[in-house]
Amino acid sequence: MARRLAILLAVALALAACDGGGASPATSPAAPADTPAMSPDAMSPDATTAGGPTVSAIQAAGQLRCGVKFDVIAFGFRNPTTGDVEGFDADLCREIATALGVEPEFIEAISANRIPFLQEDRVDIVISTMTRTEERLQEIDFSKIYYLAGQRILVKADSAYQELEDLVAAGAPVCSGQGSTSETNLRDRGVIEDNLVLFATYSEAAQALLDGRCEAVSTDDSILFGLAQQNEGLEVRGETFTEEPLGIGIKQGKEDLVEFIDGVLDAMVADGRWTQLYDTHIKPYTGEDAPEPPLDM
Amino acid sequence: MFGQVIANNFGLFAQGYLTTILLSVSALAAALAIGALMASMRVWGGPVLSAIAGFYVEFFRNTPLLIQLFFFAVVLAPANLGITRDAVVVAIIGLSIYTGAFATEAIRSGILAVDPGQIEAARSLALGPVATIRLIVLPQAIRTVIPPLGNVASALVRNTSVAYAIGAREFLFMGILVQSRTFSPEPYLGILLGYWSLTIPLAIGLSRLERRMVFAR
Repeated sequence: MARRLAILLAVALALAACDGGGASPATSPAAPADTPAMSPDAMSPDATTAGGPTVSAIQAAGQLRCGVKFDVIAFGFRNPTTGDVEGFDADLCREIATALGVEPEFIEAISANRIPFLQEDRVDIVISTMTRTEERLQEIDFSKIYYLAGQRILVKADSAYQELEDLVAAGAPVCSGQGSTSETNLRDRGVIEDNLVLFATYSEAAQALLDGRCEAVSTDDSILFGLAQQNEGLEVRGETFTEEPLGIGIKQGKEDLVEFIDGVLDAMVADGRWTQLYDTHIKPYTGEDAPEPPLDM
Repeated sequence: MFGQVIANNFGLFAQGYLTTILLSVSALAAALAIGALMASMRVWGGPVLSAIAGFYVEFFRNTPLLIQLFFFAVVLAPANLGITRDAVVVAIIGLSIYTGAFATEAIRSGILAVDPGQIEAARSLALGPVATIRLIVLPQAIRTVIPPLGNVASALVRNTSVAYAIGAREFLFMGILVQSRTFSPEPYLGILLGYWSLTIPLAIGLSRLERRMVFAR
């Protein structure tokens, strides 16, 4: 009898300790007891999802771990002087974190490791210029589409190549990212394996283009514009030969988090924050006005 | 079922495996040649040659192979020296130079282990320096040198995997490629077993070689 009481007492204490441990002091702007509906800034999602298991766990941890790129201008780019991660993807992470009432934490996720990071729970969500594809939907869940990119080619300004077809016809080497939809698209369009020069990051691919180790870099235009801005003498060319819907990646089995994030995205479109993000991060490179938000693609 | 992912992508893995063998064999041959040359310069070369060989060893032995390969990839590229843009060729060159530094030290210890009386005897027979090295010193030095060179060769086989980072389509590159296309961790295990299948026979061959050499002592 005394033994059972002791065990019950121990369990009760353990539960109480967990609860107390969840309230990390200085960092979270809102105490765990607040639901997101309370914070004035966050356009709250449907109140019924506010208490879902994943959402609660993240709120208890006080942190939203986002896997983002650190080397893609306009989307996920770590500023070398300030150390802050800037860009469309990074700001989306901040918006979601604010809606949850937690701090955002940025973890670098390159194309090859972002899905394993999700599946191993090393990050809560992945926002890293990741295209939603049938293949990936087998492995992870996606939020609504937050940006529609398209694949093009990046070449030296004095290059004779205008379109991907020219590169394929000439058997020229093309650089891209390991494990990206871009390299799959290139293979589908006739670039043979030996002509695919693949790197872990797009900054390495740009370096290889400048050195002449390949004749072009091909991936989403959003990434290419950033590479062109950063490096003298490179141009984005060719028709956009794919439609790349970019979504936020979430591990399967966390439906409440998916709904929450979709709610945040809908709210951002409704009150103009999505267009604001576009104007801040994308418009300087494309010179074009924000298109229709592609959320329900 | 285990092995399915590997079986589906067997062509890529086979190509990678053969490339790794190519890298290992060519870089080893070149490294031995470089090592013999540099070791001779160090031991008999006089102050200038000895210093050059010494600098070569200390620099390439004590800096990371990965950085050296990045460096060679950029320097040899069309926009710079214009020697090659093929990552496999760059890898062979880089691995030869890196491994050559270790080979130099192994060979040098072997040379120094040869009785100086042998060299005096060779000189008294009017054998020139090159002939002395080739016919008298190196054959005797080889005996001392097999175990450390065996380690160098085994390390080289494993170091070829570093070339994936410059885009050389060798075994590890293929493993990562298949992993990133299929999201399966199976290729990693396959890669480990693959490298093992190269280093174990190497180790067995080397110990047989050592045993055959022992009788001469």
